[in-house]
Amino acid sequence: MAILSSSIARKVAMALSGLFLVFFLAQHFTINITSVIDPDTFNSWSEFMGTNGVVQFILQPILIFGVVFHFVMGFVLEIRNRNSRKIKYKSFKWNTNSTWASQNMLISGAVILAFLGLHFYDFWVPEITNKYINVVPDDPTHYYTELVHKFESPVRIGLYCLAFILLALHLWHGFSSSFQSLGWNNKYSKGLRGFTKFYAIFIPLGFIFIALYLHFNQIH
Amino acid sequence: MKLTLKIWRQKNNKAKGELKTYPIDGIEGDMSFLEMLDVLNEGLINKGEEPVVFDHDCREGICGSCSLQINGEPHGPDRLVTTCQLHMRMFNDGDTIVIEPFRAKAFPVIKDLVVDRSAFDRIQQAGGYISVNTSGNTIDANSIPVNKHDADESFNAAACIGCGACVAACKNASAMLFTSAKISQFALLPQGRIEATERALNMVKQMDLEGFGNCTNTGACEIECPKGITLVSIARMNREFMSASLEGPLSNVWSKKG
Ligand code: SF4
Ligand code: FES
Repeated sequence: MAILSSSIARKVAMALSGLFLVFFLAQHFTINITSVIDPDTFNSWSEFMGTNGVVQFILQPILIFGVVFHFVMGFVLEIRNRNSRKIKYKSFKWNTNSTWASQNMLISGAVILAFLGLHFYDFWVPEITNKYINVVPDDPTHYYTELVHKFESPVRIGLYCLAFILLALHLWHGFSSSFQSLGWNNKYSKGLRGFTKFYAIFIPLGFIFIALYLHFNQIH
Repeated sequence: MKLTLKIWRQKNNKAKGELKTYPIDGIEGDMSFLEMLDVLNEGLINKGEEPVVFDHDCREGICGSCSLQINGEPHGPDRLVTTCQLHMRMFNDGDTIVIEPFRAKAFPVIKDLVVDRSAFDRIQQAGGYISVNTSGNTIDANSIPVNKHDADESFNAAACIGCGACVAACKNASAMLFTSAKISQFALLPQGRIEATERALNMVKQMDLEGFGNCTNTGACEIECPKGITLVSIARMNREFMSASLEGPLSNVWSKKG
């Protein structure tokens, strides 16, 4: 990993893995929103994602690697950054020159990570166990029923909303920041920044909407 | 005006420092921040106490020696000025002002408010120059055409006075704004292109070796920089470094640990 020993190389790696995850998020959202529009579409798209070999055995491992890499590298950088100021200021007015989101990527990142833990426990673990360990016969309609069932508990809804608010903050800084890291800062950047900020609000809000919608429209 | 100063006092590099409180009176709004400290020191000397040690030289915003963290911000609350150009009219009667040295592992405190910023010199020495034949056949720089935009941008980057406020303001104590300014001023000119690859690789490597943190694009540096260097400069450095890594002589980055 000699190439990743340089500060800028690490920065670029953070940006690329981040952009990859941003892209994944859009794809995940597109599938999820169908659950509100038409459960059958949701089931069939989920069935495709759950059974397609390329998705399961190539894209899924890449995604897991992307998440783990982004998290581990973020942590490595955080440790280095903390070490580069051993004696702290008595007075440090960060809020006069930068945003909360940009100063606290570790906090928002950690909450998102905790959420991913819950998310895996909720969906991924039972899914994989049923598919590859217990080998439950495949029912191509179970996706929607399960999804709706998961959103019964108000506590879970609360946790989801909280996590998505922090995801919004993480994206608010991270998405546009990744272009800066890749050296892309020119006359188009302002417009792009506008788009990234819109995305940072829209996607998490969309996920929150789905959760609330399914919560209040439970099938009995 | 009457003020309460809380100033970091530290005997030497090894000693443990602390904030000491000094009440001060008779400060005029037209005084500069350093003149205010002069008044304080005069009083301290008259009382037989040790004066507060702080860095300064030109007192007109061009040398970059004055370096104080004033109320949590490098060079104080005003924008685009150095500490020596900061007027006391920015403060109100009765204010408490906390004065600390710039903090970074790579900027160890020498005494009181003075820090050792030679890490910046070493970054500069690693590649912040161009090699020119001075044997008598030197080509006049003005005979090389440079487009106006690049010339202006290069001059803007060259305005960096190496004060270290970017490091001081950054939550990560990153020196990327400084290093990028020093890389940019050459990267934009034809004279600088010749050694561009090595310059980007070596200066970034030295920056990392000095123990500065990694940039996370908070943008605090560009707000606090007294010379208006912006993140555009860091983006340029990132591009320079990436292309240098790809085309560079399989040097430091690819092979050895940086
Ligand atoms: S980039 Fe600005 S803040 Fe940093 S050293 Fe240069 S002049 Fe000072
Ligand atoms: S003393 Fe020279 S810049 Fe302030």
